[in-house]
Amino acid sequence: MSTQIPLATSTATGELAGTDADSVTTRRAGGRGERVNWPVTIVLIICSLAILVPLYVTLTMAFKTTSQAVDGNAFSLPAPFSVDGFVQAWNLTTFPRSFAISIGVSALTVVGTIILSSFAAFAISRNWNRRFFRWSFYYLLAALFLPFPVVALSQVKLTGLVHLDNPLGVAILHIMFQLGFSVLLFTAFLRSIPDELEESARLEGATTGQVFWQLIFPLLAPMSATVGIFAFLASWNDFVMPSLITSNPALQTLPVLQQIFQTQFSNNYNVSFASYLMAMAPAILVYLFTQRWVMAGVTQGAIK
Amino acid sequence: MTLLDRNENDMAVVTSARTGAKKRTSHRRVDKTFYAFLLPGLVLFTLAITLPAVMGIFYSFTNSVGFGEFSFTGFINYIALFSDPSIRSAYGFTIGFALVTVAVVNAVAFLLAIGLTARIRAKVAMRAVFVLPMVVSGIVIAYAFNFLFSNSIPAAANALGFGPLESSLLANPNWAWVAIVIVTAWQAIPSTILIYIAGILAIPSDVYEAAALDGASAGRQLRSITVPLTAGYILINVIIGFKNFLNSYDIIVGLTNGGPGTSTTSIAMSIFQGFTNGDYAYQMANATIFFLIAIVIALLQLRTTRGRASL
Repeated sequence: MSTQIPLATSTATGELAGTDADSVTTRRAGGRGERVNWPVTIVLIICSLAILVPLYVTLTMAFKTTSQAVDGNAFSLPAPFSVDGFVQAWNLTTFPRSFAISIGVSALTVVGTIILSSFAAFAISRNWNRRFFRWSFYYLLAALFLPFPVVALSQVKLTGLVHLDNPLGVAILHIMFQLGFSVLLFTAFLRSIPDELEESARLEGATTGQVFWQLIFPLLAPMSATVGIFAFLASWNDFVMPSLITSNPALQTLPVLQQIFQTQFSNNYNVSFASYLMAMAPAILVYLFTQRWVMAGVTQGAIK
Repeated sequence: MTLLDRNENDMAVVTSARTGAKKRTSHRRVDKTFYAFLLPGLVLFTLAITLPAVMGIFYSFTNSVGFGEFSFTGFINYIALFSDPSIRSAYGFTIGFALVTVAVVNAVAFLLAIGLTARIRAKVAMRAVFVLPMVVSGIVIAYAFNFLFSNSIPAAANALGFGPLESSLLANPNWAWVAIVIVTAWQAIPSTILIYIAGILAIPSDVYEAAALDGASAGRQLRSITVPLTAGYILINVIIGFKNFLNSYDIIVGLTNGGPGTSTTSIAMSIFQGFTNGDYAYQMANATIFFLIAIVIALLQLRTTRGRASL
């Protein structure tokens, strides 16, 4: 496992996220002037319908009245425009509580992942010449290859045993499943920070703890953003862990709550879609504001 | 390695001269604080991931139902697994589904990545749209698609008089898997596209210029330049995708919940049923087999990425 690869690809991802189209377009110039490639643009627009239509249906269904939602035409615009679905989803289900729990679990996961993995990455990268630290790195990384179903049932057993069969236990497991990926990103980044900075701080008498909090952690900010965004998305969207780990149905997160529309209220499509929309919206909003980090994180994480 | 070791010796000399051989200068002693930084993550990880994995393997050799007394039964669970038709069908379905999905996802994502790196209009907005499905919850979008497959598409097919789609795809034991492939691909294509874009952008532009000068057509450039020069990325995407699709759960729950019958029950689903059905030890044997498959894939992936270091 060559750990310098994430660094090597950062050039490509920097370009990928860049808004300056010229450096990208000249690559496929093929000697044909500066014209916009309209056929490809049009084909891509048509393809994007496959993504936009399901989202359009979710959006419009959510704003329909119950009677319009069952008329069989999913592609029509809401007429009249109604927020009844949202009101009912909020009032009929335990939506507010699940929303709060989802936010709590995601927040804990984000903070815990950033702290624990930047700690571990700092210790590992500064002691790479020591076997214990180097092996710890590979040990944490091994989790990237471990399928969740393999450990799931035993985790259910264990969390029940120590009374963590609740959202707190879910957050801890979310952090642990993010650890490998996040330590990988942080370690790669820490290697690009010159030692000289740290050494001069140490010469002035700073302890390792002070070096980390006052020097390293602030420098890690861009990587913490990537790690935090991925931790948020993974935690917010996760269905399987909360559904297995949390034993009290009243303490479920939003994705698990959506099951209720398959059993109760199954004909109130406007209510169910309003609820789906509210469950999806936070992740989509975070994505819209942080695209650059999301796109770079995928490439860095995959080519490990 | 190289980045980290750089200057270490030089600095060691400087530091030892000034501070009298403390801290980093000594290669025999580590600052204890570093253990305090590493251990919380390491210990929690061991308790939350390693311990359950070891427990699972341990219990797979017993007759435990998940709690209470148990005794060792050797390989009985494993032997039983191989003759269990429900397990066989779960493996058959999951592996077949993963293979088809990998092919679909990679073919579509590769073409889209080529499109998205071409000289198109609104490139940034376009990429934002194509990456969007990645951030949508699998179960939630599966429920939304469930509605489309069971209500909207049959209604539209009825109106157009198109027979095969007049009843729900999800209710058809022979074709429900197609719906699962579609929704899984819908969600998996974005990250695959991003990796392909990185691969395509890593190709030096002068290769294309030289090919164009020699009169190579766009199709010829695709076959002789783009595909061979992104072979490493294709391999990575195929392996990562296959590994992820073997784990499929959320989307299947949202679309068919394993049905009709058990026609779309995945390996993950069959394992998760271990508690409700009281066959914990048995499903742990299943999980252990699944784990072995994952290890083989992981080794393949490591070999691939190591090979890529030279790219």
